[in-house]
Formats: sequence, C-alpha cells, structure tokens
Amino acid sequence: MAYSEKVLDHYENPRNVGVIEDDQSVGTGMVGAPACGDVMKLQIKVGADGIIQDAKFKTYGCGSAIASSSLVTEWVKGKSLEEAAEIKNTHIAQELALPPVKIHCSVLAEDAIAAAIDNYREKNQ
Amino acid sequence: MSDIKLPIYLDYSATTPIDKRVADKMAHFLTIDGNFGNPASRSHEFGWTAEEAVDEARQHVADLINADPREIVWTSGATESDNLAIKGAAHFYRKKGNHIITLKTEHKAVLDTCRQLEREGFEVTYMDPQENGLLDLAKLKAAITEQTILISVMHVNNEIGVIQDIEAIGEIARENRIIFHVDAAQSTGKVDIDLEKLKVDLMSFCAHKTYGPKGIGALYVRRKPRVRLEAQMHGGGHERGMRSGTLATHQIVGMGEAFRIAKEDMATENERIRMLRDRLYDGLKDMEEVYVNGDLEHRIAGNLNISFNFVEGESLIMALRDLAVSSGSACTSASLEPSYVLRALGRNDELAHSSIRFTIGRFTTLEEIDYTIELVRAAVEKLRDLSPLWDMYKDGIDLNSVEWVAH
Repeated sequence: MAYSEKVLDHYENPRNVGVIEDDQSVGTGMVGAPACGDVMKLQIKVGADGIIQDAKFKTYGCGSAIASSSLVTEWVKGKSLEEAAEIKNTHIAQELALPPVKIHCSVLAEDAIAAAIDNYREKNQ
Repeated sequence: MSDIKLPIYLDYSATTPIDKRVADKMAHFLTIDGNFGNPASRSHEFGWTAEEAVDEARQHVADLINADPREIVWTSGATESDNLAIKGAAHFYRKKGNHIITLKTEHKAVLDTCRQLEREGFEVTYMDPQENGLLDLAKLKAAITEQTILISVMHVNNEIGVIQDIEAIGEIARENRIIFHVDAAQSTGKVDIDLEKLKVDLMSFCAHKTYGPKGIGALYVRRKPRVRLEAQMHGGGHERGMRSGTLATHQIVGMGEAFRIAKEDMATENERIRMLRDRLYDGLKDMEEVYVNGDLEHRIAGNLNISFNFVEGESLIMALRDLAVSSGSACTSASLEPSYVLRALGRNDELAHSSIRFTIGRFTTLEEIDYTIELVRAAVEKLRDLSPLWDMYKDGIDLNSVEWVAH
C-alpha cells in the first residue's frame, strides 16, 4: 500500500509520543480494541483558562492510525475543549490523504479526542 | 552493510525468482531462432522437437516426485490444479457420495473450490487443525462418512510452513476408498515426495515457488489404482482429455528444468536454508512476548512465522520497508479480517494481527539475515515504545480484563 508523504512523516517522526502524569487537569481517552488491530490512547492537559496546554499519545495500530493520532496531538494543543471537539475525522483524513480503507483510523482519532474531553469533564464537573 | 541490496527479499513462499539456468533454457523456446513449435503439431519437425522438450520436462517433474510421466497433467498453476482435482473428482464420483473433507487452513484455491461444490449440493467438512497447525488424524477418521468421496489436505502450509503427515492421511483415505488430493504447491524442493510410497491420488504443483516461471503448474493423477476426473477445460483434448489447451512449451520447459535442479540441489540447499532460518530465529527469540506460529519441528526449513505481541503487523511491515516480508495482519489485504490460518490455530486476534512471515530461499545470504535481525529488533522496540498495550502489559494489566470500545 502506498502511503502519503504526510503519513510517512508522522510515522517516522511521531509528535508528542508519551504519557502525561495523571491529575485533575488531565483527560485520558482510550479507544479501539486490540482485536480490531488498533488502540489509541490520547491524553490532554487543560489549563485553568480551559485551553489545552499539552497532548500526548500512544497508539497500537497501522501507520495511518499512528499518523492520525500524532496529527491530532498537534491540532488540539492551544485549542479550547469546544474547539478541539470540532476536529472531525474528515479533516484528519483530508490532511493525511488517507485512502478509503484507512478512514476508520481517522474516525478513531476523532473518537479519541471526544473520549479524552469526556474524561476531563467527568473529573472536573 | 554496503554490499547488501535493499530491500531484502524474504518472501520466497509468495514466489521465487526464476533461476538463471531455468530462464536460459526457456529462452530457447520462444523465437524463430529457437524452437517455437506447437507440441501438438504432428506433421513437422517443429512440432516433434517441441513435443520432445515437453516430454523431457514431464520426465523431470515425474522424477522429483517419483511418479510415472504419464501421471502428469500440465495446468496453468496450482490454483487450476486444485480446481481440476477437486471439482474433477467430485463431479466424476458424485454417484458414489457427496461428502468432502478438507482443512480450515487450506489455501483459498481449495477452500473456494469447496465452497463452489457446496453451492452445487456437495457437503463439505472443514476440519480445525490442532494448535500447532497439524491435522488430528483421529478427528479425521471420525469425520469420514459413507458418503465421503474426497479428502483434500495440503502438504505444506503457505503461511506457517507446517508439513502435514500425508503418508498417514493417505493410508486412512485408501482404507476407506476415498480419493486423496494434496496441494503440494509449497513443498516441491523442500520436502521429499515419493508417490510410489505415498497413497496420494491427486497432487497439485506449481513452478514459481520452486524457482520456475509463474503461469505453469501440474496435476499428478494416479494411474494405479486409476483415478478419474471430469475435465474442467474443454477443447482439443490435450493431456489425455483432462486439460485442453495448447501446451506452453517454454513454461513447461521452465518447470521441468526448475524441478530437475530442485531434485539435484534440495538436500544441500535445505541444509543451508535451515541454518539461516535458525540463525534468524535465534536472533529474535530472546525478545519478550515473541511467539512462533505453527509447529517448529514439522516445518519446512525456510519458514519462520512469528508474532510480536503488542505490535501491529502493518505498522511493523512499514517499519521494515527494507525487507520484503508478509503479514497475517488484516490491513495488508483488502479484507479486514486477520489471517484465517492463524485464527484456525486458535491464535487470538492480537497475535494474528502482529504476525510476520519470513520465508528464506536459494538466494538469501547470511549477511541479509544478520541485517534483518537488527532491523526487526529496532522496529519492534520502536513500535512497542509507541504502543499503549505494551505499557499496560508492563504495568501488569491483563488485556483480556479490559472492556474495549470496539469499533
């Protein structure tokens, strides 16, 4: 399968890989399942002003899944939770030029953002 | 590493390069300067010499498997041979019964042919192999009914390289007067085949896994006791009516030469290949959470199918761009299911997704294997650093206890 240059770039040099130490200001989302071949873990650290200061990911999955999660960590930083929730799979798929069989990777990345935001909001009700 | 040509080809079970000796011989059967005749032309020199070349090739194929050349039917490859054997026998013997037994880990050429026969009203039992990939003979015996007319079991599995005990299966089939077909596409030149001894009635072959050309194969059809087939390809009545179509002289000559070389070299070649395979495995087996798929003992020398737990196969293949290998992972193919062969062994989806098949062959070098070990170790390490599953495993979390949000 031929990958786009952007997928290859994120795969070769993934941005923001890692784990943020958990506390009240951190939202963690984990989506997907090992049996399906991809699991994404996305963490966001939210400042007092409600802006996402930091984001980290770990992903088990194909190159497109790794690239999708790497990309969203870049995109969510500096955004409010509402703005981050606006990121849709179509944006991700377009940016990375994902082929149709890899669209599910971008859907998973969108789900990961939503799950991380939900987790943060639950902690900070 | 400057002398290594990248990418390194480690996919010999997918296909092999044509041996130069084979290509040279084939080249003489193409142009006006060579022998381009139709072997079926009985009225002139061109036809006679072409027929001689075909006869010689037929003898070479027969020699490798210890058969009579009159038992060899040329086809376009193992897929066609499987189709001709299974449909041909089922159609011919359908008055005797309508039950067929095969294995879940067979090649699609066998499984899909059986599916077609089901649509025609035949009943097919798809047996589960044991965890090591081998067929349980007691279970095979239990699956036989009064209606069973055909058993089809592959010799060497294409994904995991395990060798089925076709000698024992043949005895069971013969005792029960059942036709026994074996897909031997992956075994020529790798495992001894003696059809004087084996109670195999039909056996499928192809040239391109044994350093011959693509597009040519053969079906062995036993003469004593005689096995009958209904032709699937009709026309000029070539190949004793079993497979019509002008014989592809250059392809046939190529297959004959490839099989002649295989017979000559197989003992020393397999020893060298086994050494390389063992070196590859030794270089990887001390890593954590590494599993070999399929039996290591009853296995061809050149195959290593291995799962790296918590690493997804396609991303691993991507990291191994300098290697030509294949994966049992879903994403590498059009379908979204992981390898049905690994699933049939009872491997869970994660391990099936994280499998890589290395197949080593005639032109693989020691330097290539050493380089491969380095590459694989680095890639697995990198991807495990990226893997949330690896973190969870390291934290002692049982992944089966997690409620995953499947999608």
